[in-house]
Amino acid sequence: MTNFSRREFLKYAGALSALSAFGCASMGGASGPRIVVIGGGFGGATCAKYLRKLAGPTVGITLIEKNSSYVTCPFSNTVIGGLRSIDTITHNYETLAKKYNIEVVFDTVTGIDATSKTVTLQGGKTLAYERAVISPGIDFKWGAIEGYDEAASETLPHAWKAGTQTVLLRKQLEAMADGGVVLIAAPPDPFRCPPGPYERASLIANYLKQSKPKSKIVILDAKDKFSKQPLFQDAWDNLYPGMIEWVPGSQGGKVTRADVKEMTLYVDNSAHKGDVINVIPAQKAGALAHSAGLANESGWCPVDPRTFESKVHKNIHVIGDACLGGKMPKSGYAAHSQAKVCAAQIAAMLIGQPPVDPSWINTCYSLIAPDYGITVAAVYRATADGIVDVQGAGGVSPREAPKSVRQAEAIYAEGWYKSVTADAFS
Amino acid sequence: MHPDLRYLSVLIVAAAMWSGAAHSTDLRAAILANPCAGCHGMDGVSPGTIPSINQLSADAIVAALKAFKSGERPGTVMDRIAKGYTDEEIQRIADYFQSLKK
Repeated sequence: MTNFSRREFLKYAGALSALSAFGCASMGGASGPRIVVIGGGFGGATCAKYLRKLAGPTVGITLIEKNSSYVTCPFSNTVIGGLRSIDTITHNYETLAKKYNIEVVFDTVTGIDATSKTVTLQGGKTLAYERAVISPGIDFKWGAIEGYDEAASETLPHAWKAGTQTVLLRKQLEAMADGGVVLIAAPPDPFRCPPGPYERASLIANYLKQSKPKSKIVILDAKDKFSKQPLFQDAWDNLYPGMIEWVPGSQGGKVTRADVKEMTLYVDNSAHKGDVINVIPAQKAGALAHSAGLANESGWCPVDPRTFESKVHKNIHVIGDACLGGKMPKSGYAAHSQAKVCAAQIAAMLIGQPPVDPSWINTCYSLIAPDYGITVAAVYRATADGIVDVQGAGGVSPREAPKSVRQAEAIYAEGWYKSVTADAFS
Repeated sequence: MHPDLRYLSVLIVAAAMWSGAAHSTDLRAAILANPCAGCHGMDGVSPGTIPSINQLSADAIVAALKAFKSGERPGTVMDRIAKGYTDEEIQRIADYFQSLKK
């Protein structure tokens, strides 16, 4: 319906008065089937918006989100590194509500009944849906590191859900004396934002190099390798020589215990004392995925790779970090890309058409310094083996590249953030 | 047409036709082209430092993507992404952005 001339527009302009009589344009007054989207992050917000773009104006779209604003994990490392303020990565739902006629409800889902196709809210409401899309993100496996629970994260922040935790970690870095040690405990796979811990170490190093140059960062990693590793390590040697130490899991990096009072992380019996300690715990699908019975023994949600419909419950789609998305990483961009496919498939299903052959893109920018960016990208297809990346395409930034290329990728990283957040939230 | 007007026209026509969820967007083309918006902005209109693609002709989009795909045109990331699409898909992506202009 996008190839529409101005003349045709005028021809139908008379319908405008009739429109208000239907009540279609009023909030929640849609005459068609209702889609309930739960979770207002990159997955949920994008899906709600693209449902409106792809499924037409009469479909009722409700977006349920706990908080009235959303702080993005992408670019939260720039706040931790002192390059941005938290308000520049905070978004709201006003445009989705007003411009896209999405009923935005700030409440907590207490239950999903897949049989009666209803969602119940803490506030007491029950909403019926034709299809539900849930995008609950991640939750932490508290206790996977002994002594590290939600209370401990008030002292040793995870900062892996952006917001107050991000600000807390930033304040601790600001308060740290020169010569201090920053410990980062990096999680085992799979986890949200695979390059994230290493971008974080980079941007903390960028801050410390300027303000507290005698300080050090030690990454205690549960893994033996990580995303874009050669690119990160080359850049660390160049930009922050001697400042960042990475300890792989098999060589004493696997944190088993945290002592909040002693500000110490333990790898078996060897102790690492830190002045600032960032523990990024092991992860699983967000709580709602588990309470609704959508997750399997892996802790994540199995879905149809074409439509993201749950393999457990019909008419419920799971997108973003919480789903088992094949080779796609758990990233904001991946969730954003999955959300658009999910919206298109639901649009097809609502008019009785079979799902469309899907494709996805993921591009993850990481900043190593304000003028030094790197990427990993891939194009994905659905196959009998699930979602796989197209061979011969994608990959990481070249290992040998002039400064101008790193600068260009840093400039595009900023552009990516502006585009992807606008595409999701406004 | 201005995006707001386009949206409004969709709204009005669908309401006038009492057509439920029915509409004429080519969903396969939309699925191929929508990921572009993550970097190039919704409907190809970029709000930031990444170039907009909404003003390019279909031929220009095809030429650019094929040049990135073959390696003839250097890119930061587009050379890696363009290799993921067949020539037929590239044409459909280009036609989709062209269709948004009308």
